[in-house]
Amino acid sequence: MVEHRPFLNVLTHVVLILGVAVVTFPVYLALIASTHPSTAFSSGVIPLLPGNQAGANYAAMMGQGISSSGAPPLGLMMTNSLIMALVIALGKIAISITSAFAIVYFRFPFRQLAFWIIFITLMLPVEVRIVPTFEVVADLGMLNSYAGLTVPLIASATATFLFRQVFLTIPDELMEAARIDGAGPMKFFRDILIPLSRTNMAALFVILFIYGWNQYLWPLLVTTDARYYTVVAGIKRMADVADAVPQWNYVMTAVVLAMLPPVLVVIAMQRLFVKGLIEAEK
Amino acid sequence: MKRTVFGGRLLPWLLLAPQLLITMVFFLWPAGQAVRQSFLREDAFGLSTNFVGLANYRALFRSEEYLNSLQVTVVFSIAVAVLSMGLSLLLAVAADRVVRTARVYTTLLVWPYAVAPAVAGIMWWFIFNPTIGILPYLLNGVGYDWNHSLRPSDAMILVVVAASWKQISYNFLFFLAGLQAIPASLREAAAIDGAGPFKRFWTITFPLLAPTTFFLLVVNIVYTMFDTFGIIHATTEGGPNQATNILIYKVYEDGFLELDLGSSAAQSVILMALVITMTMIQFRWIERRVEY
Repeated sequence: MVEHRPFLNVLTHVVLILGVAVVTFPVYLALIASTHPSTAFSSGVIPLLPGNQAGANYAAMMGQGISSSGAPPLGLMMTNSLIMALVIALGKIAISITSAFAIVYFRFPFRQLAFWIIFITLMLPVEVRIVPTFEVVADLGMLNSYAGLTVPLIASATATFLFRQVFLTIPDELMEAARIDGAGPMKFFRDILIPLSRTNMAALFVILFIYGWNQYLWPLLVTTDARYYTVVAGIKRMADVADAVPQWNYVMTAVVLAMLPPVLVVIAMQRLFVKGLIEAEK
Repeated sequence: MKRTVFGGRLLPWLLLAPQLLITMVFFLWPAGQAVRQSFLREDAFGLSTNFVGLANYRALFRSEEYLNSLQVTVVFSIAVAVLSMGLSLLLAVAADRVVRTARVYTTLLVWPYAVAPAVAGIMWWFIFNPTIGILPYLLNGVGYDWNHSLRPSDAMILVVVAASWKQISYNFLFFLAGLQAIPASLREAAAIDGAGPFKRFWTITFPLLAPTTFFLLVVNIVYTMFDTFGIIHATTEGGPNQATNILIYKVYEDGFLELDLGSSAAQSVILMALVITMTMIQFRWIERRVEY
């Protein structure tokens, strides 16, 4: 760039290619392992080239799961994960955008207090206060339900701040014009604010979808009924058995299926993903 | 601040209601419960509870296991931050140099962000499997007998590698953004003055990246302390011999497996204090960055 240095240019590409290789390596091995029969893992070293059992492994995991490790079919678990990720992402966006609207466009008593209460949630991740949160959900009878999986995770200070930031940059004239034209608050919200924050919503959705799909500890605790298992939390149950009985082909098939949807979202929406990631930290 | 606002007293509360309700029921109430329980001691059957003051906290700081967990967490956090940030910085500097293909490399490097920590853990657990894993096989070739279920240092290396691998993409993106924000004229001026690429990096680029580096350091520590539960739980489960029992795993273990609620609650309170401190540091930094 600054000056011409052929050696450094080659070195740069070597570093990047090695970096990509390191990052891809575990996933490559998982993919390869998911194409072999279980006998490939009883001794020796894990295979490095594709086998011919891919169809059988994926069909078996999607349709039946591993009954010996209490794992239901992955089709079911992936549907649960999808429901969980969508409800969490859309729920967080919905309740955060209305909160931000209230905080920015209204003056009412205890407005600051409301703002601070939302802010505090940033400092209380579920993992940190796991036992009392579990007790609340159990007392409310929300164990083994989609509500129990999603509602306790829906509050979001980050999303509220993000929308607050967006609304603060929207010119006051727009609101004044809307009021002169006789638009009430909800009409202004629906017809002006929502369309203006559409890109931010999409960027946030990408990040929150990944967040929801990848939840681990929470689904592990609130679901004891196999009908509500999610795929990321379900993998652990299979891997425990794989150490004793070589079922690595099935475990790695599950691993590939568990990461496929969020990885595809990142690759397909890279621009929105980067935007969401950087905005969410502001 | 908006010049004009809508009137109405009820509507803003209706708009805030869902978020406030969830926050109170699932955040503030449990957090309050944690504080309350941390001053109580309950017998194992939940039949009687006594107020014991700070006894739970005192017991924690006298417990060798807890102090060990604290130490393990510090080692784990620093190792992951250094390894992951070091690799990411190297890759970001490289990607910043290649102008035309940077986008392709970025795409190839960012997707691990989407892989769940538990899934990353299982993949590395498989690679490091003492009987069939590829890395123990190679290590055996150089005379090292890898076994993470027996040797504490091997287990630590396993979780550090898995946690760092997952965090590379995040650090890479922020370092790359930081690098691209540095005006090219600074580096060009130094080049005209005869500074070579390495000198330029250490005297210009690296100091100008300091805010990004500091921000990422805080983010990485928060990540290793609170988001790596899945990696530990899916692989080592805190073992062997407590070698990878980080604080966040210990809260879960003592609360759900040992059913020692008082101690678990006291640990929760300590962790909340830690998160609050880290968040404050992060926000302070953001305020300062504006002036920077």
